[in-house]
Amino acid sequence: MSHVHDHDHDHTPPADQDGPLSYYQAMEGAVRALLIEKGIVTADEVRAAIEAMDARSPALGAKVVARAWSDRAYKARLLANGTAACEELGIDMGPTRLVVVENQEKLHNVIVCTLCSCYPRMLLGLPPDWYKARAYRSRVVREPRAVLREFGTEIPDGWQIRVHDSTADMRYMVLPRRPEGTDGLDEAALADLVTRDCMVGVALPKAP
Amino acid sequence: MARFSPGDPVQVQDIRPPGHIRTPLYVRGKTGTIERICGLFANPEELAFGRDGLPLRPLYRVQFEQAELWPDYDGPAGDAVEVEIFEHWLEPAGRNAP
Amino acid sequence: MSDPGRAHHDMGGLPAGPVESSEHDYALWEKRVDALLVLLSDKKRGLIRVDELRRGIEQLGAKAYDEMSYYERWIASITSNLLEKGVITSDELGHKMAEIEARAREAS
Repeated sequence: MSHVHDHDHDHTPPADQDGPLSYYQAMEGAVRALLIEKGIVTADEVRAAIEAMDARSPALGAKVVARAWSDRAYKARLLANGTAACEELGIDMGPTRLVVVENQEKLHNVIVCTLCSCYPRMLLGLPPDWYKARAYRSRVVREPRAVLREFGTEIPDGWQIRVHDSTADMRYMVLPRRPEGTDGLDEAALADLVTRDCMVGVALPKAP
Repeated sequence: MARFSPGDPVQVQDIRPPGHIRTPLYVRGKTGTIERICGLFANPEELAFGRDGLPLRPLYRVQFEQAELWPDYDGPAGDAVEVEIFEHWLEPAGRNAP
Repeated sequence: MSDPGRAHHDMGGLPAGPVESSEHDYALWEKRVDALLVLLSDKKRGLIRVDELRRGIEQLGAKAYDEMSYYERWIASITSNLLEKGVITSDELGHKMAEIEARAREAS
């Protein structure tokens, strides 16, 4: 079995069965084995935690956005208390304190964690590599338009951009604006227009 | 009891201590406006070293105009950055703060 | 060191190159590192706080920070924290790593 990796970092570790074991992979294996031997974790718990994380994906966030687009009262609750509104839809947010920031007619929001990689994982799954890397973290607070342009997103001059830096206990999701021409769409169809990138704020939702 | 309320002008302490600090360098010494009180949380600077970080203290979201943060910012006025900052990093800013 | 007052990870506003928007699928070992942190920091165990993980990463030093991959930094910090707290010892870790490395060599 081989994986095609679209990356050009030579420090990115190979998939588990490809190539020799790296020092840090051996460290992971050893720490895990010792913790299991000491009864601190079990192999089942490790497996379950991985499965739980794998089950989280931007589809959860898309469901929230689609509901907010369809239900004005829900949207108000979402903006007032992001965590509670997600839990209303059966999404387990754990200890996450979610703040949802709303794109408006001439206001665009974008999320970053300049200090590390804080991200609403319980809602969107694991963050993409670029979100955690130097270029994005350094530049999006200072030149958001240029960075968004690199994602193919052009924010018109007359709009304001607000960058949210997740420096402490809150986590963020952008509520994009509902695209034009979507009046007849049901929630499932609306959710299909919502990408991870538009909930981070580096893109706009897809057109219908 | 939170010291600041939404709308209050505040200035970030202009100090650079070592340690685990969650107030990024780019806002140190800068003036912004309280956008909201997030709640009470333990101090990450202490949690990072295995201590309990108590007492809980207010965490705020503070809005900074981009023009205030970067002398050469080339976007429109009204572009902003919003950052979570703990109360102990903030002082009241005067109306005519430099 | 160009600016000793700036911690290496505190990079907001610094110049940098273009954003490389390619992504990689997480390898199983990376997901296991993530899972370990989730478990070690949960209510049942409360052995490592996320803040301690971050601090451990920040303390790796500039070169390590830049050259190690994301989950390499995580496992290095998790391990360092576990050693500091006496949950594991270097001796048992060293022997276990050697055992794993030997097994991997035999299997290849």
